[in-house]
Amino acid sequence: MPIAHEHELHRRRFGRNMGVLLTLAAFVALVFGLTIAKAQRGESVEAFDHTYRTSIDTTLPRTTQGDR
Amino acid sequence: MTDIRADLNGQAGQGDAGFGDYVQLLKPRVMSLVVFTAMVGLLVAPDRLHPIEALASIIFIALGAGASGALNMWWDADIDAVMRRTAKRPVPSGAVQPGEALALGVALSGISVVMLGLAANWVAAGLLAFTIFFYAVIYTMWLKRSTPQNIVIGGAAGAFPPMVGWVAATGSIDLESVLMFALIFMWTPPHFWALALFMNDDYTKVKVPMLTVTHGRKVTRAHILVYTLLLAPLAVGTGFTAIGGPVYLAVAVVLNALFLIGAWRIWRRSEEAAEADKYAVEKKFFALSLAYLFGHFAAILFEGLPLADRVAQIFGLGA
Repeated sequence: MPIAHEHELHRRRFGRNMGVLLTLAAFVALVFGLTIAKAQRGESVEAFDHTYRTSIDTTLPRTTQGDR
Repeated sequence: MTDIRADLNGQAGQGDAGFGDYVQLLKPRVMSLVVFTAMVGLLVAPDRLHPIEALASIIFIALGAGASGALNMWWDADIDAVMRRTAKRPVPSGAVQPGEALALGVALSGISVVMLGLAANWVAAGLLAFTIFFYAVIYTMWLKRSTPQNIVIGGAAGAFPPMVGWVAATGSIDLESVLMFALIFMWTPPHFWALALFMNDDYTKVKVPMLTVTHGRKVTRAHILVYTLLLAPLAVGTGFTAIGGPVYLAVAVVLNALFLIGAWRIWRRSEEAAEADKYAVEKKFFALSLAYLFGHFAAILFEGLPLADRVAQIFGLGA
């Protein structure tokens, strides 16, 4: 049987769910913004991701560090 | 089933609190003060954060303050239910279950500390964790119900936010951040004791050993004057440090003169006179104390902004 009447309780639950949704969305946006801000600071974002890179190997003499 | 039963009874079941009830659990009015003072600490610091990092830091400091507020409401639900001022809080009113308040407080504590560490630095995160611990455990669980010095020592928890903001930007605890801490720390006793003077019945009912309950109002009035006398040179002296300046000094001199006059009037008053005008002087002093703190931090913020240099140049004050 469908609920024909919307009780105050349903409005309250809807408000709560909407509040949680907006809070989570704001949190995701903030973490995304933080990621961009951290990445923009000019620090190297290059790493040894599954392959050796001479460009970020600090143990090598500068003249042999490939494309650095 | 819960829906149908709730409809038939016309009552909310357990866990049916609205979003606003959870917001109330975080003490939004206290949070607004935390946001303001933490923002001032962060903005006047010599080092700069990226605007997004600064925004995130302030949000997570505020969230940490909210978390400690939720833990406070969980622990104090028994006495909150008796006191007129706090009886309508979410836990004593039944809107939020005590376990929910505890879970929210613990979860938000963890989130706020970790996120502040990631957004700013781990020194600030550690300081925030200590602040939450200090308010929830040292003040709420221990001092509040055991000593009349509860708000003196517990006031440290409310004094940490500008320091956390400063450390978030600089990564270190410097003299200026300690002065901002000291300003709130010394301001807290006269602020709360003025409140206790006209809300004494509440504290007496729940046997919270406020100074008014344990030592009487006359002693409390003397304590307000003594702390205000100690606060004034500290507040004015801050004007001669890196976070001060001519505008801050002018604001501090005026506000401290008013605060001292208010404390003097409170000290001189008899209980009969206070009851005759329903604690008008004490209530006025309490309202002034809010303006006092806001005024000092607004002046510190002004001095820390580039605008202050421009104004100083226009009036030939150097800088």
